[in-house]
Amino acid sequence: MKNTKTFRREPLTDSQLLMTIAICIFLVMYVGAMLIFKGGFLRANQIFDILNDNAPLIIVSCGLTIVMIGGGIDISVGAVTSLVVMACALFLNNGGNVYLSMLLAIGIGLGFGLVQGFLISYLDIQPFIVTLAGMFFARGMTTILSVDPQKVNIDPIHNLFETIHRGALVNTSIDPQTFNTSTENLTELVRDGKMTFFEAIKNMNFRTLLEGKIKIDWLGYTAPNGNRIPASMEYGVVIALLCVVVIFLLLKFHKLGRGFYALGGNQTSALMLGINVKRTRFLSYVICGLLSGISGYVFLLHTGAGNATNAVGMEMNAIAASIIGGTLLSGGVGNVVGTFFGVMILNTIKKIVVTSGLNAPWWQSVTTGGMLCFFIILQSVVIFIRSKVRRSRISKK
Amino acid sequence: MADHALLEMRHINKLFPGVKALSDVDFTLRKGEIHALMGENGAGKSTLIKVLTGVYQNDGGEIRVEGKNISIRSPQDAQNNGISTVYQEITLCPNLTVAENMFIGREKDVFVHNRRREKRANELLGELGIPARGSQMLGNCSLAVQQMVAIARAVDMNCKVLILDEPTSSLDDKEVNVLFGLMRDLKARGVGIIFVTHFLEQVYEVCDRITVLRNGELVGEYLTEELPQVQLVAKMIGKDLDEISSFGEVEEKEFSDADIFYEAKKLSSSDALPFDFEIHKGEVNGFTGLLGSGRSESVRAIFGADKVNGGTVKINGKHVKITKPIDAMKNGIGYLAEDRKRDGIIADLSVRENIILALQVMKGFFKPISRSESEAFADEYIKVLNIKTASRETPIGSLSGGNQQKVILARWLLTHPDYLILDEPTRGIDVGTKLEIQKLVLKLAEDGVAVTFISSEIEEMLRTCSRLIVMRDRRIVGELKGSDLNQAQVMKTIAGGES
Amino acid sequence: MKNNFKNIFKNGLGQLTIPIIAILLLVIFNLIRDPSFFRITIEIDNAGNRVLAGNLISIINAASELAILAMGMTLVTAASGGQDISVGAAAAIAGSAFVKVLKSGGNINGLIVLLAFVVAVIVAMCFGAFNGTLVSIFKIQPMIATLILFTCGRSIAYWINGGATPTVDSSIVKAIGGFIPGCPIPTPVLIVIAMAIIFKLVFHFTSLELFTQSVGINGSAAKLNGINSTWIKLLSFIILGACVAVAGCIGVSRLGLINHETLLIDIEMDTILAVAIGGNSLGGGKFKMAGSIIGAYVIHILTVTLYAMKVPSTDVKAYKAIVIIILVVIGSPVIKKWFAKTAARIKNKKASAPMKGAQ
Repeated sequence: MKNTKTFRREPLTDSQLLMTIAICIFLVMYVGAMLIFKGGFLRANQIFDILNDNAPLIIVSCGLTIVMIGGGIDISVGAVTSLVVMACALFLNNGGNVYLSMLLAIGIGLGFGLVQGFLISYLDIQPFIVTLAGMFFARGMTTILSVDPQKVNIDPIHNLFETIHRGALVNTSIDPQTFNTSTENLTELVRDGKMTFFEAIKNMNFRTLLEGKIKIDWLGYTAPNGNRIPASMEYGVVIALLCVVVIFLLLKFHKLGRGFYALGGNQTSALMLGINVKRTRFLSYVICGLLSGISGYVFLLHTGAGNATNAVGMEMNAIAASIIGGTLLSGGVGNVVGTFFGVMILNTIKKIVVTSGLNAPWWQSVTTGGMLCFFIILQSVVIFIRSKVRRSRISKK
Repeated sequence: MADHALLEMRHINKLFPGVKALSDVDFTLRKGEIHALMGENGAGKSTLIKVLTGVYQNDGGEIRVEGKNISIRSPQDAQNNGISTVYQEITLCPNLTVAENMFIGREKDVFVHNRRREKRANELLGELGIPARGSQMLGNCSLAVQQMVAIARAVDMNCKVLILDEPTSSLDDKEVNVLFGLMRDLKARGVGIIFVTHFLEQVYEVCDRITVLRNGELVGEYLTEELPQVQLVAKMIGKDLDEISSFGEVEEKEFSDADIFYEAKKLSSSDALPFDFEIHKGEVNGFTGLLGSGRSESVRAIFGADKVNGGTVKINGKHVKITKPIDAMKNGIGYLAEDRKRDGIIADLSVRENIILALQVMKGFFKPISRSESEAFADEYIKVLNIKTASRETPIGSLSGGNQQKVILARWLLTHPDYLILDEPTRGIDVGTKLEIQKLVLKLAEDGVAVTFISSEIEEMLRTCSRLIVMRDRRIVGELKGSDLNQAQVMKTIAGGES
Repeated sequence: MKNNFKNIFKNGLGQLTIPIIAILLLVIFNLIRDPSFFRITIEIDNAGNRVLAGNLISIINAASELAILAMGMTLVTAASGGQDISVGAAAAIAGSAFVKVLKSGGNINGLIVLLAFVVAVIVAMCFGAFNGTLVSIFKIQPMIATLILFTCGRSIAYWINGGATPTVDSSIVKAIGGFIPGCPIPTPVLIVIAMAIIFKLVFHFTSLELFTQSVGINGSAAKLNGINSTWIKLLSFIILGACVAVAGCIGVSRLGLINHETLLIDIEMDTILAVAIGGNSLGGGKFKMAGSIIGAYVIHILTVTLYAMKVPSTDVKAYKAIVIIILVVIGSPVIKKWFAKTAARIKNKKASAPMKGAQ
């Protein structure tokens, strides 16, 4: 018993181990891509591109990780993000102030978090159903808010056309190359549901914010034509990274953060340990909602347009990222840094698939599914082996 | 008397829909005493504890701590008033460290200082002699250590009243002694301890006073030295003791080799080391040993409940392969698992469905027992075993522990086993039902059923078994029968012949 | 008589209370709004058959796929304590396989349709088995395990037909998705009835119900009683696979074409919702399949009601969400307890009056 007082390194916890695995695999994958594909992967821009495109997903995944650590689930995050994008776009286009629009984003996010959290923790309703309803509601509101295609005049269509060529059009059933810009054709496409209209933002203050990028020259590269292209990072990425850091600290060092782990580990125990279980669970959903709001705004900063099909499927991507990063849906295990790398892994795969010339649209989702399958099985095996080792160690004592 | 009362509960009432769980109960705890709270299952012990810890709210009466009236609405309220509880099931979080488990939920700091916390935890653990480190994950500790961590937490909270709810049921003797040392230490510091247990010897070992409850009412409060054990039991079950003493010695039975029903050679599983074992028709044998000695693991291996690694098994002289529970069941073996809640009852299903479950499994997936047939079975066994239930369609989860156990017994009796393994069938159930189960075991043996009976109460085993297999450190270290079957000899074998 | 009434008041209809109340409320609401809402007429369709028509028929007809999926989902939920979110994607795969086989032969006759259906069922069962293996052997939560197929299922469907959305022109297929000549009831409704009868028979002639509930409530105890819980969980996913194939084939037959992107899109959420509205715990254990089926119809009555109120199809979701929330709030344990408490207080007031006198 004496020697127990001497310093001893504790074995990695499940959260740490799963996170380490995720980071290692990310590194291996990326270095592999660098060696095989060279080109884009050797440039820092590649990483910044991934970050720029996925800042909203990172933020949303952080929120979801918190909820999952607390043993819950929130599938409304993508829909809330989309609602925030649409609401803020409309607000700005109708002469709203940029700062007020930020408040609006946070307000919508918080509102969803508060209501869902209340229903789940104080009325004891299954989180899946509540957030499913939240998802339906947010998606429905988004389409209600979205512009009626019949009223659209030539000008926004011009804007829209611009946006399509900037790569922001999500709907894959239209090929931008063969895209016919005649008004009749557009209206037809909209009626068939093949395309939805953007609410492109005209507010000048917001435009400056949108165009604003942090340029890091020394990380850039020189294009073949001699132009120096600096690595550029949008403000959204800074917000996302900030979110990751803040939530990492919250989970690790804040009373509330530890409460989430306790809650997910064993709810009855958490109650007996004097943790206010209901409030802790409530707050996990509130934080998640708040982050969805922020994510919506970052999304808008990236695309500069509101669209009813924004962020479709984001909730599942966020869940996938959290899982790859080592968060277990059963609760109590997880880490937000892992989640960050989860997002990176998901999107690096997509980049690799595109770079390898597998352009058929089904390749991306099949590889994503395969990767997900690999990680899920790997984790299941790792956890199984560890619990077995632990059990034998205890019984040997 | 009331002047050094630490905790007073007066005229406590608690109503549940249809039941009065507590009626007008008084309870007094003094400074620096260990006070046993005794009663059968359903007597209201746990309800009283839950009222005191804020899990339930009392429907009447008052609670005073050091003379001050308090109201307890949540576990936090209880903690704030200096009332801490250590439950039978570990109520800590396995995914947090030992130190975190000791300090979470009661620190005022918004930010957590892990280093400082672990240092304090290590000091306290050292002081109390608990073999754990603050930085260790709780899930990596043994159950006993986890329990002690829970006590350390309570100690550090400067609790005035410490409630220990069945703390010893998952500990072995050595660990129990450490725990008792800890309790006496706390007692010397002036902490009042409420000790809830089923083990009578332990009560007489550490307790100063005993309060007995029966059917939600107070029977009385006694000084331990003034209340002989026999009388205590009488007060708890409220019936004559003759019935208890009516158990004679188990008569000697001679078994020939031809009667061997089950025989295993070098049987081993993922949790049990290889062992040899045989049992005759109509024999009652027992496995004994400390917790973790491998007694449960061995019978689980016989039933195929864990992964069987090797060994040969003969039933009625014929080789058979038992690797899954269904194999064992098809060969006429039944197994009543140690942990009723986890491995026995299907809580939301009705008594009827619980009774027919094993038989249904044996009959197979495609031959369901018809409704009327299953109702007949259920009615029969409810009557035979005297199961107290509102109806056969009542969910088993709402029955009391003893009656749940009877339903599980009925489940196995219905399969008409040739060999029945009962692992701790009497744990956590009231004295009356215990006696009924012991009688049933003897009756089964008379009918030619081989029975393996495991119990942590050696007396109980001595009353029922004609042969005892003693295990230590996952190995069989002795086999006792005939005149060797007495408490002293059993203890000696368990302890390893040192004393 | 009075006792009976009291019993129903006290115990309600069990877990069916909420869905039945919901259906009644929706029906009453519609009748008030438009008394002719549920009028059923006999019309002559394009093929010259005399068929039933009207809002009620279209509701029951449109809910067929959902009802079939809800039956399978109930089993999966009960056995595994989780939900399969890949049913939409898997249905797209099954539908694609169905069309692939139909298109491979020359003319489409009954035999080929049957063959195509069998192939679709086998394919869907294989994918069900894949999900089930992850859940039962690798012990992964169902939602996570099925996330894989959810992610890539529609892409696999895309691949089966090479990205095309082939149309099927056949009177048999049309009959499956519409009406059998001479029968006024829509075929999908008949299929739902057939499925319900099949499940009833399965429950009667096997111990599936008892075993599934045992596994869902207490897996460890079920295992010690000789139930092969791995197999039961796997089986539930395979059965769901069969349901998915049936739903997928109905979906394809309705349109006469397979569109892997839109076939039964978003139906997984509705399916889970149907199970929950039916009063089944999403945490597994005891289940009532009837509840889930009613739940499916509740969802569709709601949708059709909203359409009838001229709510655009894209906005329906928002209103649906509000109704769902109201339903689950009424059904929530806290609110139920509050009701019970209030009821008990009223009763107690009556009962305690004489007791006080005695004291």
